[in-house]
Amino acid sequence: MADPTFLFDGRPTPYVEGQSVGAALTAAGIRSWRTTRLGGRPRGLFCGIGICFDCLVTVDDRPNERACLVPVRESMRVTTQEGTGHGDLEV
Amino acid sequence: MATSRSEHDAVVVGAGPAGLAAVDQLVRAGATVALLDAGHGPGGQFWRHPVPGAPVREVAGLHHDRSTYSRLVDTLHTDGVRYLPQHHVWTITAGEHFTVHAVDRSGDHEVPVEVHGRRLVLATGAYDRQVPFPGWDLPGVMTAGGVQALLKAHGVPAGRRVVVAGTGPFLLPVAAGLVAAGAEVVSVLEASPRARWLREAPAVLRNAGKLGEAAGYLGRLAARRVPVRTGWTVARADGGDALTSVTVARLDRSGRRVAGSERVVQADTLAVGWGFTPQVELAVGVGCRTRVDADGSVVCEVDDNQQTSVPGVYVAGEACGVGGAALAVVEGEVAGAAAAGRAPLPRRTSRRRATLRGFAAAVQRAHPVPDAWMDGLEDDTLLCRCEEVPVGKVRSAVRDGAVQDARTAKLLTRPGMGWCQGRVCGYATACLTARWSGTPAGSGTPAGPSSYDPTGFARRPVATPVTLDTLASYQSRYANRDL
Amino acid sequence: MSDVVVVGGGIVGAACAYYAARAGLEVTVVDRGPVGAGTTSRGEGNILVSDKAPGPELALALWSRELWLEVGADLGDEPLELERKGGLVVATSEPAMGPLAAFARGQQGAGVDAVPVPAEELHAHEPHLAPDLAGGVLYPQDMQVQPVAAAAALLAAARAQGAQVRTGVEARGLARDGRGAVTGLATDRGTLPTRAVVNAAGTWGGALSERLGCAVPVLPRRGFILVTEPLPRVVRHKVYSADYVDNVASSDAGLETSTVVEATLGGTVLIGASRERVGYDDTFSREVVRRLAAQATRIFPFLARVRVMRTYHGFRPYCPDHLPVVGEDPRVPGVFHACGHEGAGIGLAPATGRLLADLLSGAEPGVDPAPYSPGRFLEVARG
Repeated sequence: MADPTFLFDGRPTPYVEGQSVGAALTAAGIRSWRTTRLGGRPRGLFCGIGICFDCLVTVDDRPNERACLVPVRESMRVTTQEGTGHGDLEV
Repeated sequence: MATSRSEHDAVVVGAGPAGLAAVDQLVRAGATVALLDAGHGPGGQFWRHPVPGAPVREVAGLHHDRSTYSRLVDTLHTDGVRYLPQHHVWTITAGEHFTVHAVDRSGDHEVPVEVHGRRLVLATGAYDRQVPFPGWDLPGVMTAGGVQALLKAHGVPAGRRVVVAGTGPFLLPVAAGLVAAGAEVVSVLEASPRARWLREAPAVLRNAGKLGEAAGYLGRLAARRVPVRTGWTVARADGGDALTSVTVARLDRSGRRVAGSERVVQADTLAVGWGFTPQVELAVGVGCRTRVDADGSVVCEVDDNQQTSVPGVYVAGEACGVGGAALAVVEGEVAGAAAAGRAPLPRRTSRRRATLRGFAAAVQRAHPVPDAWMDGLEDDTLLCRCEEVPVGKVRSAVRDGAVQDARTAKLLTRPGMGWCQGRVCGYATACLTARWSGTPAGSGTPAGPSSYDPTGFARRPVATPVTLDTLASYQSRYANRDL
Repeated sequence: MSDVVVVGGGIVGAACAYYAARAGLEVTVVDRGPVGAGTTSRGEGNILVSDKAPGPELALALWSRELWLEVGADLGDEPLELERKGGLVVATSEPAMGPLAAFARGQQGAGVDAVPVPAEELHAHEPHLAPDLAGGVLYPQDMQVQPVAAAAALLAAARAQGAQVRTGVEARGLARDGRGAVTGLATDRGTLPTRAVVNAAGTWGGALSERLGCAVPVLPRRGFILVTEPLPRVVRHKVYSADYVDNVASSDAGLETSTVVEATLGGTVLIGASRERVGYDDTFSREVVRRLAAQATRIFPFLARVRVMRTYHGFRPYCPDHLPVVGEDPRVPGVFHACGHEGAGIGLAPATGRLLADLLSGAEPGVDPAPYSPGRFLEVARG
């Protein structure tokens, strides 16, 4: 049986049951999944335990989820987010 | 409105060693308890629970506490305990009883929850303390605690070629764990000189078990030829979109960088740890008095029964002083017993607590954060990661006279105004504003200048970002259900 | 020897110092805390004409708005984060439309730009508004600044004109000569020689006025603000509900909440507004926050899933007749009050500072000072 996968930016990415999105991405060699609001700089995991909010990522169209806390589910669609993550709200 | 039947005798926040020990004592006294914790499983940061699919199945960090852990976790299944994992507490209010306002984050969208109790035990733990350095915002730079969590809970080494740096005994298990998982640890850099430990010998010897632990890690690192250097630190991190190299430097006896000692080390991961910052905002929100501990952290004041300045509110573990898992267990026992109305505590418990506190204090004295980090900052080094505030912006505001204290720095230049609300940058901002606003050079240690004021960053009425829906809600679970 | 010592380094004290220095006076500003540490740092930075009925407060606000534009021209809009965003008042139900329109007509008569907006045009101004609002009024003259930055910028400009700013100094009382004239301000760091003292102590203006021997009735009125996560531009104006004006004018001690939503240059959205007279009670109020959140999502449904990163509260300085107290105290010549601005301190600061400088220097005041005079409380007492 193949390893379960979730989608990261459309790419099937393996994970292990219970792993956080951040852990699964790190295991896959992916170290950043968002760009900052002002400088457009890449960010990924920093504190790893949910207090720094650096690892924010969009999960199933919900922006600003902490990748280090959210456990992967097989149907999950995780996408890189830019800036506030709420670009669709801009008027 | 809640009826008396929905009210627990006690609500405990935090399921780490202190919280679990408190719950156990409360249950023994026949009390009804609600335990809320943000994690998926019990153990907190110290006793880290592996995820179901992780390769290594054992709970990390137990050392000699395996049987304690099992016993305490079993207690969670007894009648009279309502255990609520994945519940993040955002505020606590006091009235005829304490109301703990939380959100259940186990689903896609958070659900508001209110839990009531006559007594409160706050065992909210601590998180890694950090200081900025050039390049610290590159992906690949992580806290030591984060690297450990990634490895022990999720079974993932943070990178392939790792430098471990900072200060404190915690660096050793982080490095040893990485090595055991197959990562290459290039070196472990402990900023304190070896000589500092000799001064603390009496406290260390009274805690011989700790010595044995350290020796075990050192042995494992030596076996893999991982150099452990004292008096060395990280000076900067470099890379394009992710870390590719770390510049390290030697420190002299007074904690200043030795010019010309810099070396560049190729690495894809840097694990940095400078001790821990207690999480006190829930206690502060409910009115508890705090003090600044010897390591510069804001901690809750507690008496011999672990009671705070607010009657009925107890604090145990890191939140009343950083001191490790064993101390947290003892303090949790005392707090739980006191919250259940059982006091005074047996002499041997208070002796054990005193011994463990003595060791914790010795560790703090042996591992101060060296001043060198403040000298190595460049104008474009980020002070606040969330709001991308560069050091130069805050420095100019102080030099111009507009800012003289940490709170005004926050209001005018925005460090601490982002998602993490100053958890990461609060310590550094307080140290830097104290230094720049006129303390003489060389006295930049937290205990020194009277203008060091970290309390401005300790007050957070909303302890985790919740939605407006949650704030607007009138109905919440558990308000009217019987236990 | 100063010509004037201003007690209070918040927005009003800063404005007093700015204008007094420009008038050629030797100014010293003192504050027991850092700059802007009082109510100045607890508001939203509003400069409004929209929420005021015709009368002395509106007159002051219209003049003050012009002065803010001059301050912006002098110091630059950026250091103040001055935004000419305009205000949009919305009615959530049809019955509120009539009174709102009548109120706007009255304001137009007093020189306020007020543009009625029918329901079907609301979304052209604010696309994220709820679909079922009854209509509104647009006020192009409303503006916003970052209050602490503005206070700091005004003080910096005053210092450039020779003013001194001393933080960590607490005012204790007056030093007077044999004839009772003011000769100095006594502080915990010694006496500062001066012939005039300005009470710009905001919410603590009442307590200070007692120390100065001429009590004025300034009371605290608590307000909370919710701060959201950073967002792109989602709200263009200051948007508030029609019941806001009633609440400002109310003397009710109980909890009054109305909806106020506006964005900031930093990306967060600020949500208010609540008013209660609970003394200086510092504790978090779940009920206030509940109401503010519910009301905000009523007019901007998209906010429901937006996160709040922090909340803060402050104490507005409130006089019983809803007017600030600005002018020389008849009981103690040499003491000038400049406080009691309730929730309008930021907006009214330049006019207050300018009026005060006019009174100090003997120049013709830019506005009739009688309605704001401290003497009005004595007349009430006598009457």
